[in-house]
Amino acid sequence: MDDKKTIQITVNGQSRRCEVAPRQHLVDFLREDLSLTGAHLGCEHGVCGACSVRLDGQVVRGCLMLAVQADGRTVETIEGLTERGNVRDLQQAFVARNALQCGYCTSGMLMAAAELLDSRPHASREEVRVWISGNYCRCTGYQAIVDAICDVLAERKLARQGASA
Amino acid sequence: MKAPAFDYVKPRTLSAVFELLASHGDEARLLAGGQTLLATLNMRLSEPALLIDINAIEALKGISVHGLVLRIGALTTHSEIEASALVAEHAPLLALAVPHIAHRAIRNLGTWGGSIAYADPAAEWPCCLAALDGVVLLRSASGERRVAARDFFLDLYTTALAEGELVVACELPLAPPDSVFRFDELARRHGDYAIVGLALAARRVPGGLADLRLSFLGLGTTPIRARRTEALFEHAPFSALRLGALMDALLDELQPLADLTNTAATKRHLAGVLTRRLLASALAA
Repeated sequence: MDDKKTIQITVNGQSRRCEVAPRQHLVDFLREDLSLTGAHLGCEHGVCGACSVRLDGQVVRGCLMLAVQADGRTVETIEGLTERGNVRDLQQAFVARNALQCGYCTSGMLMAAAELLDSRPHASREEVRVWISGNYCRCTGYQAIVDAICDVLAERKLARQGASA
Repeated sequence: MKAPAFDYVKPRTLSAVFELLASHGDEARLLAGGQTLLATLNMRLSEPALLIDINAIEALKGISVHGLVLRIGALTTHSEIEASALVAEHAPLLALAVPHIAHRAIRNLGTWGGSIAYADPAAEWPCCLAALDGVVLLRSASGERRVAARDFFLDLYTTALAEGELVVACELPLAPPDSVFRFDELARRHGDYAIVGLALAARRVPGGLADLRLSFLGLGTTPIRARRTEALFEHAPFSALRLGALMDALLDELQPLADLTNTAATKRHLAGVLTRRLLASALAA
């Protein structure tokens, strides 16, 4: 029981071959084995959203998935997203709006918000609130986070209109 | 907390799954989306010796139309249901209910079949399956059998699933063109388990709503169909004039169980509130 399994996994664009214990969930694997500490571990039962990462392009709870299940799949963490620069506007809006204080929830918030921006570019403020209801923040009271996401929705809409004009 | 140690296998075929279930019995757990199982493992509420990951089995995936039914494979994720044009056309009740299921990150992994097999009385899919009089397809080494929703959910987290058996799919009758569906729930925070929820199905006919079906979540140990109340409108359609009669019958029929924060009386009241809202909205359609 609990013999290690070999997995082949692509993390932030880099293919890796690793040995993992079946009981190890994805976030512990990313943080402890790969030293990618951007995804945080909060409640460890799927409620708080601090551990959110992307699996094959979709946001998932890193604590509700085993590392061994990620065999053959593609994982992206906040480090990868940051490096690619495609959430830079979102990160800048979080700073401009004071949408973080301690920062513990921030990588998860950015992960959730990034999927909203990609899949629901016309989301209303109410839809933003509903969308991020799965991510806890114990500092900001959420208003500033919603403000930041709504700013980016509006900016990207303007940019699209500019591009098509 | 961290999960206790267990072993993990990912078989390629259903027959391999049945062999593993036969040899490991209650020591093994099936892993589909894992959005409930992984939480219970982390909290050590469940300590199986073996996880059987069924995600390599293609036969359990996908949404398709077969004759007069919509078939939803057990491994279909909530997000796939959310995005499905077939679901929007043939089972619009599911499209109305799916945004209420947890949050996007959970919906991207959690599965239809996992929700049906787990049979949480506060979950959306068992409630919808009951509202639509769907059928659960079960398979074991000895073959396949079909169980109607009303015979499948037996008690709290207890279903008609036998040892060595798994949910392969569900079948839902295709929604006729004159059908009307409504879904809503009352929760403290969007995506939390609701205090009470209601799936309403009916057909629009001259004078009101026929074939009215009311299926509640969060009230008992299983999804609750208000069958005695529904039966009042078997021969004459429901209309606004008969709202009083319906509410009297419903509040008499519903016997909610209290939970940690809500009394039975609160739940009965809220079930009535939801019923009035959804009936008004369905009549206005």
